[in-house]
Amino acid sequence: MNVDVMIAALPKLLEGAWLTLQLLFISGFFGLLLAIPLGIARASRSIAVKALPFAYIFFFRGTPLLVQLFLVYYGLSQFEFVRESPILWPVLSDPYWCAIITFALHTGAYIAEILRGAIQAVPHGEVEAARALGMSRATTTLRIVLPRAARIGLPAYGNELILMLKGSALASTITLLDLTGMARTVIARNYMPLETFLMAGLIYMIITFVLVRALRFIEHRVSAHMRARPGGAVGVEPTG
Amino acid sequence: MIGLRTTALALAVATMTVVSTGAAQAEDPLRIGTEGAYPPFNMVDEDGNLHGFDIDVAKALCEEMERECTFVIQDWDGIIPGLLAGKYDAIVASMSVTEERKQAVDFTNKYWTNKLQFIAPKDVDLDISAEGMADKTVGAQRATISAQWVEENMPDAELKLYDTQENAYLDLAAGRIDAIIADMLVNYEWLESDAGADFEFKGEPVFENDLIAIAVRKGNEDLVADFNAAIDAIVEDGTYAEINAKYFPFSIY
Repeated sequence: MNVDVMIAALPKLLEGAWLTLQLLFISGFFGLLLAIPLGIARASRSIAVKALPFAYIFFFRGTPLLVQLFLVYYGLSQFEFVRESPILWPVLSDPYWCAIITFALHTGAYIAEILRGAIQAVPHGEVEAARALGMSRATTTLRIVLPRAARIGLPAYGNELILMLKGSALASTITLLDLTGMARTVIARNYMPLETFLMAGLIYMIITFVLVRALRFIEHRVSAHMRARPGGAVGVEPTG
Repeated sequence: MIGLRTTALALAVATMTVVSTGAAQAEDPLRIGTEGAYPPFNMVDEDGNLHGFDIDVAKALCEEMERECTFVIQDWDGIIPGLLAGKYDAIVASMSVTEERKQAVDFTNKYWTNKLQFIAPKDVDLDISAEGMADKTVGAQRATISAQWVEENMPDAELKLYDTQENAYLDLAAGRIDAIIADMLVNYEWLESDAGADFEFKGEPVFENDLIAIAVRKGNEDLVADFNAAIDAIVEDGTYAEINAKYFPFSIY
């Protein structure tokens, strides 16, 4: 173990970690946008509505992320019309966007499935109560079902985010110098895989730790109504 | 991909054992690490068998040394760490002798001589100089002297690093990068293929007399001496020339 090597590698690895964070959060954002309509449609009772999201989720959960990444990066570029398209090629020729698109599609499928489970776990009574109060189906979905489902699905979503953090290491296979890619490039010079990968692993752990704390904080905030109020009495302001 | 590699490795170990022709040796088989993704020097065919120039040379050397050899397939960027970790005893994978690598491993004498040269599309004019390549994107395999050469000599070029040389060619064909720098003979092989038909060498070789040798763990002097004697012997008796002729119409020694 050579601590000097680990410290010497740190600036490069942090540079890589910054790219890893970009990949994680940008793809996580678009994945979530994609997952909301998909998850709602997937929870539908109508076969016509849920068929497409079902097929989509089936494909993205059923194939390895690496295969998906290679299909987007090396696969699509084989087609003449992709390479000559003035709209597609500027995006798809860039490994950065190929990675973000693939990761967003991939994580979107998982989040949609989490959302489906959460929607179906919303207590029936609450939906019925909303309907009895005269809310339309759309209003019920927007005001009752989705906020409740978001709370129910949050822990599973946090787990998916952490899985995606580690999945993003595959970006290194399409020339991106993310944390893993940078570590491999540093090793090409220093031949110290143990020290360098340990340092990279440490950075992944720190990122995971911060993510876990942040998610726990959010969970805590959105479940305030589930905890006993200070002072005990409901609806009475504590007099201090 | 991991599964494929493992399967290829298992097959390689199972089928690629070279039985020595001499008297049975008490020694353990010599384990040789190679990449298996670097045509025409070392590659894996559809059936998972290793073949190529490096493999033929390694087999000839093992026969000469009267030792049984097994092959282990290892991704390029982990090939020196794998040697140091004792996963195999020697690397026969067209590795260039460099000062940095000498810090980590010992090398035998050369078994072929390499040059580095750029390739790019035929219909593009490229000025192969630090200025001419300043805004260009150059592809190279990670952890190779080609990658190192660009870092040191064309600091303003954008360097893209690939896990395998084959992936770099895919991206050149797709037009994501302007040029590739690689071992001249590997480029030659690709230019000769259908995929490389629209591409050509650009400029003169930028680095010559790049010696390709076998790497072993440091301090393994007996093994280096055995390899050196065997290399001399196969060059002397024409075995080397025979293998050479299978792959290239000119001598690469």
